Amino acid sequence: MKNRAWINLVMVVLVAGLFLTVSCAKKTVVSDATTIEDQAKAEADAKVKAAADAKAEAARIAQQNLEDQMASEKALKEAKVMAARKRFENQDIHFEYDSSELSSMSKMVLKEKAAWLKTNYSVVVTIEGHCDERGTTEYNLALGERRASTAKSYLINLGVAASRLDTISYGEEQPKDSGKTESAYRENRRDHFVID
Amino acid sequence: MVSFAGNKRYCPYNMFNKVILPILYCFLGMGGILFFSISISSAREYDYINVSNPFLKKTPIAVTEFKAFNGHDTEVKEGKTARYILKEALDFTGYLKTMNSVAFLSNPAESGIQLGQINFRDWTGIGAELLITGGIIENQGKVTLKLRLFDTFKTKLLVGKVYTGSRSQIRQMIHLFCSEISYKLTGRGGVFNSKIAFVSTVKGKKEIFTCDFDGQNIQQITSHKSISLSPSWSSDRKWLAYVSYARGNPQIFIKNLKENRGAIVNYKGMNISPDWMPGQLKLAAALSFSGDQEIYLLTVKGKIIKRITKSWGIDVSPKFSPDGKKIVFTSKRTGTPQIYIKDLESERVQRLTFKGFNNTSAAWSPDGRKIAYVGIEKNNIDIFVINIDSGVPVQLTMNAGDNEDPSWSPDGSMLTFTSTREGGIPRIFVMTVSGTDQRRLLRLKGKQTQPDWSMSKN
Repeated sequence: MKNRAWINLVMVVLVAGLFLTVSCAKKTVVSDATTIEDQAKAEADAKVKAAADAKAEAARIAQQNLEDQMASEKALKEAKVMAARKRFENQDIHFEYDSSELSSMSKMVLKEKAAWLKTNYSVVVTIEGHCDERGTTEYNLALGERRASTAKSYLINLGVAASRLDTISYGEEQPKDSGKTESAYRENRRDHFVID
Repeated sequence: MVSFAGNKRYCPYNMFNKVILPILYCFLGMGGILFFSISISSAREYDYINVSNPFLKKTPIAVTEFKAFNGHDTEVKEGKTARYILKEALDFTGYLKTMNSVAFLSNPAESGIQLGQINFRDWTGIGAELLITGGIIENQGKVTLKLRLFDTFKTKLLVGKVYTGSRSQIRQMIHLFCSEISYKLTGRGGVFNSKIAFVSTVKGKKEIFTCDFDGQNIQQITSHKSISLSPSWSSDRKWLAYVSYARGNPQIFIKNLKENRGAIVNYKGMNISPDWMPGQLKLAAALSFSGDQEIYLLTVKGKIIKRITKSWGIDVSPKFSPDGKKIVFTSKRTGTPQIYIKDLESERVQRLTFKGFNNTSAAWSPDGRKIAYVGIEKNNIDIFVINIDSGVPVQLTMNAGDNEDPSWSPDGSMLTFTSTREGGIPRIFVMTVSGTDQRRLLRLKGKQTQPDWSMSKN
């Protein structure tokens, strides 16, 4: 009887062990299959999404690049326009002592200015005539006016409307360089162009 | 020497010996017989002092201490002030030299200031050719000045005047007496109640100012905070014309100094270099509305009466002759700026300057015979005076900065001008017409330019 009891116990244990083993093994296999399936789907989904995202991003970057390029082109263009404008304003023409005649250099500069004025057809300009400090105040006012009006006439001959060109003489009242050297005097004998 | 003619006073021997004879000998030596005869006839009428004479020596004049009649402190103090003002004014003329009182042998303030009380040998002995005695009475702010000018060699009273006023009017009283002295000695009233208008910078902006002949009583006339230039007195001194950029382009402002009225000459282009016609409320000025700079005659309201110059090129800086019949001006009609004279009636034009390539800024002397102007040669800017008849220029400034803007004193004895000789900064100077006694007129901050000397007040 006692022996039979041992056998039964062993059987129970074996059967239980068998059952346990079988159930465990079965469960693991089922579980794995499910995971792979889900993962594959997720991966596929992610791929699609990533591709979409990448596409969107690429489009965005492309758009951004385009915008950047346009902006920088615009800025460049504006800078060019600005530079041309500054050049127009900053580039004086110079004269010999006690002279209001245009040098060939001055004529070149005036041609450039005329071209600019034609492009910028709404601009009105004041031509300021200046002198060096030699000569008397009143004579230099007269000389400065002649320097301004000589440039004005030249620009009119190049096709700029007279109504867009004003002149004023400051004589020796507003020197660019207050020095008393020949180079200062040369610098001061000028027409300066101001955009109104 | 022709310039001696026209004066009605006589010549004391000392002056004749010292000044006229050497000149006559000089001309004799050159074989100038014609000059001799003219000079003799002129010399008879010759004055004590001829302010136009380039050989002029300064006449020594003694100014005694002022006698304080009551002797109180205020009186003594004001007497000292009056004497100081008097000596300053006499020295300013350039033809008188006040003597150092250390040399004086007697003191009329104690021994008496009247004719019979003066020992003239005390004065001739120390070389004083002229003597001024003064007395002062001060009573509760009211001042009486008794002033006498004596010829010490002829022992004669030349001018005797009594002035009464407040203590603050001492300067004015002394200057009235100086005008009397000037009239007696030179035949002209002198500079003592004249004024000078000028340009000075205020915070870098050029404004118009005025001051007395000696640089005192400085007043600011404009506050445009722009560029203001070229002041010009009307001959009655009631008006000042000047140029300003206050409204954009250079325009001429015609301003009545007493009343709040005036006009603005604002033609298109440039409206510059105004000058009043003597004795009239009319101006000459350079305008460029026609496209060319020409000189016009304008009313006091700025309306054009007529165009004066008719020549292509720069025509600028008109100045009337003292009789108002001609103008002298700067023109570039022959290629370089030169001085020209135009007769307003006959319209005849005469070129005056032939020496140098840049002559501008002319001013007509009150006696009508000479023109002062600015000549530039090799970067040297200097003042010249040219005799209209002879056409011979005399250089008055040399090696002393840039010198510009000459303007005659009303008696023609002096010129005021701008010079950069002190530190390169333009300042206002004065000198005699012979170029002597060049000195700075004003102590003022900033740069001063373009002085215009008024007529004397009548």
